[in-house]
Amino acid sequence: MALLDVQDLKTYFHTEYGLVKAADGVSFHINQGEIVGLVGESGCGKSVSILSVMQLITSPPGEKAGGKVIFEGKDLLKYQPNGPEMRALRGSKITMIFQEPMTSLNPVLTIERQLTETLELHLDMDKAAARERAIELLKMVGVPDAAKRIDDYPHMFSGGMRQRVMIAMAISCNPMIIFADEPTTAVDVTTQAQLLELMKDLVTRLDTSLVIVTHNLGVVARYAQRIYVMYAGRIIESGPAESIFAQPKHPYTIGLLNSVPKLGERHGERKLIPIYGLPPNLINMPPTCAFLPRCTAKIGRCAKEPWPELRSVGKDHYISCYVDIKGK
Amino acid sequence: MAEKPKVSIGSVDAMGATAAPPRTSEWRRFARIFFGRKLYLIGFIIVAIIVLTAIFAQVIAPYDPIENDLDHRLQPPSADHWLGTDQLGRDMLSRIIYGAQISLLIGFSAVFASAIIGALMGLAAAHYGGWVFTVIMRLTDVLMSLPSIILMMLIAGMLKGGGIWIVVFALGFGSIPGMARMMCGQALSVKQNDYIMAARAVGMSNWRIMLTQIFPNAFPPLIVGLTMGIGGVVMGEAGLSFLGIGVQAPTPSWGNMVMDGQRFLMTNPLLSLIPGVAIMLLVFGFNMVGDGIRDAIDPRLRGVL
Repeated sequence: MALLDVQDLKTYFHTEYGLVKAADGVSFHINQGEIVGLVGESGCGKSVSILSVMQLITSPPGEKAGGKVIFEGKDLLKYQPNGPEMRALRGSKITMIFQEPMTSLNPVLTIERQLTETLELHLDMDKAAARERAIELLKMVGVPDAAKRIDDYPHMFSGGMRQRVMIAMAISCNPMIIFADEPTTAVDVTTQAQLLELMKDLVTRLDTSLVIVTHNLGVVARYAQRIYVMYAGRIIESGPAESIFAQPKHPYTIGLLNSVPKLGERHGERKLIPIYGLPPNLINMPPTCAFLPRCTAKIGRCAKEPWPELRSVGKDHYISCYVDIKGK
Repeated sequence: MAEKPKVSIGSVDAMGATAAPPRTSEWRRFARIFFGRKLYLIGFIIVAIIVLTAIFAQVIAPYDPIENDLDHRLQPPSADHWLGTDQLGRDMLSRIIYGAQISLLIGFSAVFASAIIGALMGLAAAHYGGWVFTVIMRLTDVLMSLPSIILMMLIAGMLKGGGIWIVVFALGFGSIPGMARMMCGQALSVKQNDYIMAARAVGMSNWRIMLTQIFPNAFPPLIVGLTMGIGGVVMGEAGLSFLGIGVQAPTPSWGNMVMDGQRFLMTNPLLSLIPGVAIMLLVFGFNMVGDGIRDAIDPRLRGVL
């Protein structure tokens, strides 16, 4: 039984130019204690999908157009976006780490205030206890001199330190699921590695599930146990990390992996093959496969029939494609 | 040459992430910035003097401000009457001192009332959006499209009686649209920030976000608006009194003193000039204090100032 089960999630945006189906039938699930990677190019609907699960899409222009998000036997999408049920879940059982540490902390409140807010809100702690716990949290995420730095304002922290504070906020109420929306995109590579190790360490210790949204395949390869690949608002391939990296089946995933340079490769040993073209404009999409114009493996069926349903190609391994690609 | 790298290593060390910056209490920091600039200090002193004068008016005023002394009318400044006397022989200094009381009372109450109402309206408009926003903002448009002096005259004229609370109401009412507009704009821009999304993501209710996240960020301009508003309201009071619908005689306010004096502008210009200068000083003082508070409480300026 999955901890969180997202079924056929649809989130549309009404824009001046037409309807944007940012998430168009996204289904995924998360098991207890699992690290899941959600990968895809910019604008493919990764962030929208998880923001929809949290019901953080502003409406208008956003619209929850359908689907179910089953958590603890209840459909979260039935709740009002800002209703008490949803608010009780957010920040306590399901939390989120945002992409931009520089802007995700309120500049006029101290670190203490931002950490204790959640604790007082969800755990009914009094001020002293919350402060104590906040210092403990800062120590857990590796902020040096936590007892002093807790009184600082965000601008006195570096980007990496702020992201640590964000992580502390996310774990403060012992959540069951943490959504990390490109948590390391805005920091440099060494800090990235530190933060990811920290997050991995924390979720293992707390037995929390972690969903890492990223376009960095290296990150998911290293940390995720299962991977979902998204394209144009849909999941096009999913499966265990090993089988996706060892035997990608969807032409898009294959293309992605072929375009990643590897360290230690000698010059000319393997050619980097880019995916030509651009991701499609999500307005007025054709009914056929959205990857078709860029696909190098297309067959006659692809242009005639609608976007294929997910089909099994291995143990827990699914793709949405008509083409069977043999070997690697 | 050998010493040079040492210096830079030392300074990097002092600025490094692990070395905590020197800690000063918030109040000390506030005082350092606020009193560190001469203009703010001058403004503060002016405001302090006026406020103390208003509080201790009964103690320091040498004469009764409304007692006529027809034998000593329109006297120039002298040892007995430091600022001279007016057309009814009343001591100008005492009237200025008592006038400070009335002017400040009106200034503070009108501005605070309008700030509270206006800020709530602005927050509500920004918070709910949709038709609430439309109604509140169009209402402020209507109020702002009327010249404020006309609006205030209308209110003061309709509510006859001339008590100072009616003046407060008229002036406060006139300031609401500006406050609402400012707060709404501030709240809307703060609302766009990522940390508001982050606050929603930890399950805060809309009102909690409004009050604990948005309001503190929108606060510095409100403080500036408040302090400058006091200057504006005192001027407004002067305007109303000048037109004869403000604070009614014999109660002295700086506004009606200017008006009383204008008939003698050619012969005894001091009658209008003294309260006029008092108003000017008060407006200047409050503006400076407003600027000083803004600079001192804005955490974004921390480290810069």
